[in-house]
Amino acid sequence: MTEFFQQLINGLALGAIYALIALGYTMVYGVLRFINFAHSDVLMLGAFAAYFLAPVVQSAGTGASVFSAIFIVVIAAAICAVIGMLIEFLAYRPLRQRPKLTVLITAIGVSLFIEFTGQHKAVFGANTKPFPKLLPESTINFGAVSMQSNDVVILLFTALLLAGLWLVIQHTRTGMAMRAVSFNEKAAVLMGVNINRIISFTFGLGSALAAVAGIFYAMRSPGIDPLMGMKPGLYAFVAAVIGGIGNLPGAALGGLLLGLLETFAGGIPGVSNYRDGIAFAILIVILLFKPAGLLGRIQPEKV
Amino acid sequence: MNSGAKRWLLLAIVVAFVTSCFSASFNRYYLGVAIDVGISTIMAVSLNLINGHTGQFSLGHAGFMAVGGFTAARLTLTLSSSAPPDSAQGIALFVVAMLFGGLTAAITGLAVGLPSLRLRGDYLAIVTLGFGEIIRVVFQTSETFGAATGLTGIPKQTTLFWAMSVAAVTVYVVACLVNSTYGRGFIAVHDDEVAASAMGISPTRYKVTAFVIGAFFAGVAGALYAHHKQVLKPDGFDFMKSIDYVVMVILGGMGRTAGVIIAAVLLTVLPEFLRGFAEYRMIIYSLLIIALMLLRPQGLFAFQKKSQTRS
Amino acid sequence: MKRLFLRFLILVVTTGLLFTSSCSKEGGDTIKVGEFASLTGKEATFGQSSHEGTLLAIEEINAAGGVLGKKLQLLTEDTQSKSGESATVVNKLVSRDGAVAILGEVASTRSLEAAPICQQSKIPMISPSSTNPKVTETGDFIFRVCFIDPFQGTVMANFASKSLKAGKVAVFTDVKSDYSKGLAKFFKEQFVKNGGQIVAELDFNGGDKDFKAQLTAIKAANPDAVFVPGYYTDAALIAIQARQLGLNVPLLGGDGWESEKLTEIGKDAVEGHYFSTHYHPDVGSDLSKRFVDNYRKRWSGKNPDALAACAYDSALVLADAIKRAATTDGTRVRDALATTKDFKAVTGNITINAQRDASKAAVILQVKGGKFKYLETVEP
Repeated sequence: MTEFFQQLINGLALGAIYALIALGYTMVYGVLRFINFAHSDVLMLGAFAAYFLAPVVQSAGTGASVFSAIFIVVIAAAICAVIGMLIEFLAYRPLRQRPKLTVLITAIGVSLFIEFTGQHKAVFGANTKPFPKLLPESTINFGAVSMQSNDVVILLFTALLLAGLWLVIQHTRTGMAMRAVSFNEKAAVLMGVNINRIISFTFGLGSALAAVAGIFYAMRSPGIDPLMGMKPGLYAFVAAVIGGIGNLPGAALGGLLLGLLETFAGGIPGVSNYRDGIAFAILIVILLFKPAGLLGRIQPEKV
Repeated sequence: MNSGAKRWLLLAIVVAFVTSCFSASFNRYYLGVAIDVGISTIMAVSLNLINGHTGQFSLGHAGFMAVGGFTAARLTLTLSSSAPPDSAQGIALFVVAMLFGGLTAAITGLAVGLPSLRLRGDYLAIVTLGFGEIIRVVFQTSETFGAATGLTGIPKQTTLFWAMSVAAVTVYVVACLVNSTYGRGFIAVHDDEVAASAMGISPTRYKVTAFVIGAFFAGVAGALYAHHKQVLKPDGFDFMKSIDYVVMVILGGMGRTAGVIIAAVLLTVLPEFLRGFAEYRMIIYSLLIIALMLLRPQGLFAFQKKSQTRS
Repeated sequence: MKRLFLRFLILVVTTGLLFTSSCSKEGGDTIKVGEFASLTGKEATFGQSSHEGTLLAIEEINAAGGVLGKKLQLLTEDTQSKSGESATVVNKLVSRDGAVAILGEVASTRSLEAAPICQQSKIPMISPSSTNPKVTETGDFIFRVCFIDPFQGTVMANFASKSLKAGKVAVFTDVKSDYSKGLAKFFKEQFVKNGGQIVAELDFNGGDKDFKAQLTAIKAANPDAVFVPGYYTDAALIAIQARQLGLNVPLLGGDGWESEKLTEIGKDAVEGHYFSTHYHPDVGSDLSKRFVDNYRKRWSGKNPDALAACAYDSALVLADAIKRAATTDGTRVRDALATTKDFKAVTGNITINAQRDASKAAVILQVKGGKFKYLETVEP
């Protein structure tokens, strides 16, 4: 039973991170209808931004404190937001009217570009780098079940971000415009929505979330490298599809589900080596019964 | 399909045969790259049947290649003691292994094609990606297929002749299929599924057929690959490998066989030319992909298609 | 249209004809040595270490006057950590660039891909750190300068049951790596033979960042020690997460652990853990100490890891063989390599045995105060 609770905690913390990444995928899909392959690399850039910022901020301030951590996360998120908007402006905007597959290949190109540039010696280098401590850490024990203070922070912060995102999308003008664009782009233009601005904003928001997720991911496993985004990126992508791509609560749900699934499957001897396969097998089963994901709407074919 | 195309096919095979007679005098590096080109062509053209002509979106083509490669290599490795690689039996065994690899891949293609009945677009893409990953994980854990090490010591059987003539056959079969009366159905499904079924064309049947045939040739390509590199590792068939072929198809212009062939050749040879740039190589490669898509979004080689009216 | 692409096919085939070889085998005043390594991709960090070791050795040999009155020229090709690439690049090095010998690779599967090509071309190949026994079984032109999985796995199993007096051990394997699986297999065999019990076997994928699920299961099995064959990048994170979960038993590893990155990433979480490797500067020859100093100087203060040391040795062994053969002819160099005996190298005295593997001692180290402390030497 202790093992079960321990795995539950492990899985929830991991799932929360997946959920944050999945939100970025799903938001971009909502407004542009394509899978942004470079999203997982923005996550990596977020972690590296924090890696370079932390020594500077911590030496100027009070070391690893809550204040410096928030400062680092905010700046890293801002940097990634700008990078996300730049990627959209340079690589995706010129192709807006083209088939989505064209944009997809460009996205793959961008993803490869970031990964291989990052691996170059003059940039980050291929080595795994030790990620600095952003917060004072401690272990909280409930009997034999142990929980990291970082995990508590991750879970609380993720919940906070999700609520904030929900408010932005449901209760602000920009959020309303985002929903309008994802519902019907042409009609949104006619209503006076500035599509370019909204899409830029979506990319910025999604990339900022990815940066936060990247930093959380690095806080749990303090070794970062230019390819660190690939695996969580792939899992979050699967999570977004399981939840129903384009659907925000769906992405959060899918992320949590996948985190729990990966953790519970990983803890069983003899099954742990099939872990990646199991995640996809469940995905396929879910899609066979719910072809638009758990919370997605099936759009009827229009003739 | 007229007899003209058959003559071209025959000629291509004869040329492949004659060229491979001289292959002993070729530089082995160029020979190896030429065989790589043949294998890429088979993969890209067969994927084009699924993604281009039929308008489905498969991200798991490397999975079919893995199935074909591993089963074919397992077969030759098991029987190689009774059929030495240089003998006639050895070559016969290789041909059987290629067909066997193609067949097992085709069966897998059927299994992957069936869900495509219910799914479309991105959902299909992710399911095929998932299948590809599951296939990789299964080979990675299966002791029969060498687990993490994979299969080693596979006899070298793939020659320029085999690679080129199988590529010619693939191009021929796909072209015949698409240009036949039956094959118009693929394009109909691609252009408008609802309209196609209203005309009495069963999209289901065409989709599954495309998957099965595409997977068959990917499996044969896998067998060629296994007997070319002589080592197979499950790691080599992750979804990045599928992406390589998707890039070829899209760069060549979806559904344009000639363009896809040129893209396959280009994307196999280009990285070789970039080797001189060492650590900058993949950076240049990725920038080229972005630049090409921005400058020629319709595909680099979107030549005029033979009188096909499209909306 | 059909004509177009069939014509195109023919074009491809005929351009093959134009590619007839134009390589200059001998000639020039350099001896070309080919190296293939994973300089980019998932395993770039290992390939780069290995490359730095090789390059240092070649530079030192050249500074000392070269071999046979000629300078060595190192031609390096990147395998991108991808399978399929090694065969192509080694073909290129051998048939186009005219390399007289090949050095590489770290990963056994990629060495296995290159080996048949070297064997068929009668070009000697030395793998610095591929430990899978199959590599040198490919043929008589394939050598290695490191020990093999069965030896190292046995060493750690004996250490666990005899020195640590562990009765119950869990094994945590990298399912993607044949190196890790090989070590785990021989460790298990020997450990069970010693009367021990394997209480849990879990797997991870190399490059994973989250190991808590498996470590929780390992903790539930209550082992005395955990064997984690794998590379330092994963091992450091595993150690951290094991501490966090309260799994406070010694972790054991192999030579893949040896790198300053282990302590740099793992910090105090890797304290007290044990691993086996090729050498330790404290007990090694002067050569080992000199190597560590020179490596630090050449690569701006970076400490060499085991991969760099093995790669350095592979180049030394090759240069020595060419010297003794007094020619760069593949077969003669091969013969010289095969008779390498008690060659003084950084990782110990190398003797090439009948299986063309290096038979040399292993050392067991413990992480203490952020440093690797020498414990014992195990002779083969």
